[in-house]
Amino acid sequence: MSANAHSVVEPSAGAKLAASVLVILYACVALIPLLWIGLTSIKSPPDSIAYPPKVVPFVHFTPTAEGFCNLFTTRSRQTPDYIAGLPPSTGGCDEVARSRNMVVVGASNYVPRFVNSLIIAFGSTALSIVLGTAAAYAFSRFRVPLKDDLMFFILSTRMMPPIAVAIPVFLMYRELGLSDTRLGMILLYTSVNVSLAVWLLKGFIDEIPREYEEAAMIDGYTRLQAFWKVVLPQATTGIVATAIFCLIFAWNEYAFAVLLTSGAAQTAPPFIPIIIGEGGQDWPAVAAGTALFLLPILVFTVLLRKHLLRGITFGAVRK
Amino acid sequence: MSEVALKGLMKRFGATSAIEDVSLTIGDGEFVVLLGPTGAGKTTLLRLAAGLDHPDAGRVLIDGHDVTQEPPAARDVTFVFQQYSLYPHLSVYDNLAFPLRSPLRRTPEAEIRRIVHDVADLLRIADKLQNRATHLSGGQMQRVAIGRALVRRPAIALMDEPLSSLDAKLRADLRIELKRIQQELGATLLYVTHDQTEAMTLATRVGVLREGRLVQLGTPREIYESPADAYVAGRLGHPPINLLSRRLFPDLAAPGATATIGVRTEHLEIARASDGPRAGPVGTVSWIEHLGDQNHIHVAIENEKTVSLVDPDTPLAVGDLVSIGLRAPLFFDGKGARVQA
Ligand SMILES: Nc1ncnc2c1ncn2[C@@H]1O[C@H](COP(=O)(O)OP(=O)(O)O)[C@@H](O)[C@H]1O
Ligand SMILES: [Mg+2]
Repeated sequence: MSANAHSVVEPSAGAKLAASVLVILYACVALIPLLWIGLTSIKSPPDSIAYPPKVVPFVHFTPTAEGFCNLFTTRSRQTPDYIAGLPPSTGGCDEVARSRNMVVVGASNYVPRFVNSLIIAFGSTALSIVLGTAAAYAFSRFRVPLKDDLMFFILSTRMMPPIAVAIPVFLMYRELGLSDTRLGMILLYTSVNVSLAVWLLKGFIDEIPREYEEAAMIDGYTRLQAFWKVVLPQATTGIVATAIFCLIFAWNEYAFAVLLTSGAAQTAPPFIPIIIGEGGQDWPAVAAGTALFLLPILVFTVLLRKHLLRGITFGAVRK
Repeated sequence: MSEVALKGLMKRFGATSAIEDVSLTIGDGEFVVLLGPTGAGKTTLLRLAAGLDHPDAGRVLIDGHDVTQEPPAARDVTFVFQQYSLYPHLSVYDNLAFPLRSPLRRTPEAEIRRIVHDVADLLRIADKLQNRATHLSGGQMQRVAIGRALVRRPAIALMDEPLSSLDAKLRADLRIELKRIQQELGATLLYVTHDQTEAMTLATRVGVLREGRLVQLGTPREIYESPADAYVAGRLGHPPINLLSRRLFPDLAAPGATATIGVRTEHLEIARASDGPRAGPVGTVSWIEHLGDQNHIHVAIENEKTVSLVDPDTPLAVGDLVSIGLRAPLFFDGKGARVQA
């Protein structure tokens, strides 16, 4: 063994190169769909379905905001005569719509659906983290009767695909009046995520020596105060990593959202495909909706990437 | 600062008995060191005193008040843990201020600043106050941990091998430092360690713990010169005391029950056998060890080995026959208990 037990064997230059090539190749494959979404969102509807595909902006096609206009507005088709008789357009999306013999009649539901997604995903993440941290702390520190069995039960709730219980949940929500409510969706996603949160967070809290809390309690703090002042600050990395996992699940969830929401609480994932139905196959609008939908997770993850990386490698790399 | 009494403490963990009927009174301003090997129950005893664990039997009294049922916060004690002594997410300043800011004390910030700076001066870490606790060396960390235990002037400060993670040089420096600080503050300390040097140099009284029992309690000198049994005799002194069979010394006047004779290295008189007839058995020099600060001579008497100290320029060499004389021998019976001469 080397003198330093934590050190990992330094990879050779060849191995590093091979690893870089692999990562880049994988990134290319993984990023192509994202690139395609981005390109489609700035194409006109005919360009988006042209064959052979148009790839390079300004060379193969002229970028346009039509997809975004169609995403955010609802339009109705009118005769050219009617449009000619209207007052001059206000520019922007109005102009784009008129060039297709349409007039803008109002805002689409994209923004409210997006807001629903934000509220439901962040709400359920916050709730999962609060419940998960409390439960994980209790499991980590206290003598809980049947602790192992309870932990296994919590894990077992993740052992089947959540959608397997879709019909009971649907019936239950109808009875409880939780169908198509934000609260209902927050509770549902929380119930799925909280098991993951308990398990991940218990691992993180187990790693925090209990001597810190004991020291605080000797110094005159109650256990709850010691938890706030000593445990929580040291658990942030784990909490952030767990929050990102919870958020990604809740943000992307599609099946329950289709089943349980249709209006007031509908999230973006079931809404985006609906756009296709409205007046032809509007792929640029779908792509625009998807591209914007990807942004919050991207921002959240990039902002917290340091925590995330440390969090993911936490249990694996022992001191 | 005040008097702390442990009375008849017992603690079991399943089948193991970690603490077995320990009673001990620590007077105001006293520095009591408990000495014992790993697993002797040192940490457990401190945790019972602090209220982090509850004894199965026995009581803890602070200033005459029975605090056995009180939570740690209500006991006015501080604790320096063997590991994890500082909060890693706080600065040195905030670590020192942490006990003063507790809801029980609510010291005004100006007052905290004064106290923390005083303590930092005492500990000679004034220039490190703004550092993150994790950005200190091991020695500085322990220094801060000791400081934190003393800032709020507890009834008693409990210290669990605070120096054991440091290297020998730092340990020696901090040992002297700790004694100075304790004396300057007049602090009452219960300190546990497996290091006999710490026990001998720091303590006003030393207690020797063995498998959860307090086998002897006394001043370092009493413990060293008059150990209660062969175990205690073996815990103190370096190289350790020589334990030899009674039968090797047929001419020695010893109490009847004596089975083993204990003699400390500095009490062995070794002379070349050819220098003239002397009382005592004859042995063979088997090895001379030059350690720099000390030189050990290993002598085999029949099948038993002894170690003593010699001058660096000793004329003795391996294979020489030597006579063995004893000064101030200690007598132990077959079970290891001391037999008074
Ligand atoms: N929480 C515990 N659970 C079970 N056994 C314990 C626990 N704490 C200590 N012990 C046992 O009690 C004995 C004394 O331990 P400890 O007080 O830690 O000794 P020391 O600090 O002197 O090394 C040991 O045999 C140890 O295994
Ligand atoms: Mg210990």
